[in-house]
Amino acid sequence: MGNCMCQEAGVLIFPCSGGSDVGELSDRVARKMAKCGQARMFCLAGIGAHIQGMIESAKSANKIIAIDGCQILCSKKILEHAGFNPISFNLKEMGFEKGKTQITEEIIEKAADKISGGKSEEAISGNSGGCCGN
Amino acid sequence: MKIEILGVGCSKCKQLTANAEAAVKELNIQAEIGKVTDIDKITEYGVMMTPALAVDDTVVSAGKVLSKDEIKKILSK
Repeated sequence: MGNCMCQEAGVLIFPCSGGSDVGELSDRVARKMAKCGQARMFCLAGIGAHIQGMIESAKSANKIIAIDGCQILCSKKILEHAGFNPISFNLKEMGFEKGKTQITEEIIEKAADKISGGKSEEAISGNSGGCCGN
Repeated sequence: MKIEILGVGCSKCKQLTANAEAAVKELNIQAEIGKVTDIDKITEYGVMMTPALAVDDTVVSAGKVLSKDEIKKILSK
């Protein structure tokens, strides 16, 4: 039963993972938060493709977080189209400008801290574990 | 009608199977209830959380143990 997939979904995180620097940042931040146990990363593409199994899986989440790199808010909008009401984070509003953001560990940490210190405190409450700090 | 329970066989999967069987019985419908326990096949459905329920190859629920009444509602649509 080592491969059992019936653990609680908890908090699911959907970065836009777009082609720009801030898109990459959204992805790296989401992976960091997942690695730290703050949320579980999920496939935005699967939701956009209307893969019914993925949509139904996402419905079992306690909370859904969208991280977008810019104001177009693709992740938030894809999730809304699928009927979800995500807690939305826009990296631009946090000071990360498209085309001007270098992707370094320091920047990833900074963005993750901004999310963790903002609405995500509410978003991740009830989920086990905090940031691992690395 | 084809009903499939997707999951590797833990207690939640067994409960969902029992609830599906009870729902079929109460509705008095013809349905074939099968189990999909192979992880690769489960993920082919896009299911990331089990147990999941598929009706005629469409996933209608994942990550939840639906009650008999919830399954009856789905099957009655």
